[in-house]
Amino acid sequence: MHSFGYRANALLTFSITILALMCAMASVSDNFNTPTTSAQVQVLNINWFQKQPNGNDEVSMTLNISADLQSLFTWNTKQVFVFLAAEYETPKNSLNQISLWDGIIPTKEHAKFWIHTSNKYRFIDQGSNLRGKEYNLTMHWHVMPKTGKMSADKIVMPGYRLPVEYR
Amino acid sequence: MGWVADTLHSVTSIQLRELFNHFISLGLIVTSALVIWKVLICVSGCQSPVVVVISASMEPGFGRGDILFLHTSKDPIRAGDIVVYNIDGKDIPIVHRVIEVRERQNTEEAYILTKGDNNPSDDRVMYNPGQKWLQEHHIMGRAVGFLPYVGWVTIIMTDIPVLKYILIGALGLLVLTMKE
Repeated sequence: MHSFGYRANALLTFSITILALMCAMASVSDNFNTPTTSAQVQVLNINWFQKQPNGNDEVSMTLNISADLQSLFTWNTKQVFVFLAAEYETPKNSLNQISLWDGIIPTKEHAKFWIHTSNKYRFIDQGSNLRGKEYNLTMHWHVMPKTGKMSADKIVMPGYRLPVEYR
Repeated sequence: MGWVADTLHSVTSIQLRELFNHFISLGLIVTSALVIWKVLICVSGCQSPVVVVISASMEPGFGRGDILFLHTSKDPIRAGDIVVYNIDGKDIPIVHRVIEVRERQNTEEAYILTKGDNNPSDDRVMYNPGQKWLQEHHIMGRAVGFLPYVGWVTIIMTDIPVLKYILIGALGLLVLTMKE
């Protein structure tokens, strides 16, 4: 009844239960955080804008991205993955969603940032629809927890327009 | 001589009963594990609701040995989602992030491109030759939950298979020899 095996078993079961409970509570506590975030993106320059030999439009741009995501961080946050996507509609596709830039924010101290960058991933259309195209820039973020449920949200910034002519 | 036979019978029947008891409790453990797994499949809508991360391609978000809980829903897949996909003809599922989505106007078919957060370039090099996009049938699920380190148990067991048999044997022996 009180053998070593029984005691070891009871101790192990108890500690695993407590650990699981603590993980669950840490994850639940994230729900009490209501973040307020802000983001601004400026397209400073269209570096070049042309039609590839295969007929697809490609554009390269310089962006100024600034955001304040500090309120996303709680004690259960491991990192925040943030990315900026261009979103637009064409006759062929009801949705085109292209990531232009992304970054990993490791701590709250780095969560208020601004960056001056050209697009990290290529902005290519499936076809030749980009001239004069109106598009949204959307700042997405993905909160990765130390343990438990992951969450994501976004800020949509509408009303950007590409130039009418290639350059 | 009757009492000898009686005693012998009572002794064997007790042992037999104990043996049955042990087998039943062993069976209960195995079946409850199965029930939990099947319930997880029902709730998540995934064939394999839990995956273990085996590569460092999503560092520092997910490291080797972390566990991800998957979910399948009707919601369309969008950029930023972390999906688990399986390339035709390869049997190791991959957990990466969606960076590009093209959804067709009439059929609503989605063409998806993925990338590991820690990889320098997108996943087209990992797809089959000539394959440029993932489609819905490649996607096994979307990661919704995260539990660190627990997956090391399975990684160690697949790396050193002997350990698996030793562990199963020891557990079985423990259950069978346990006194009430």
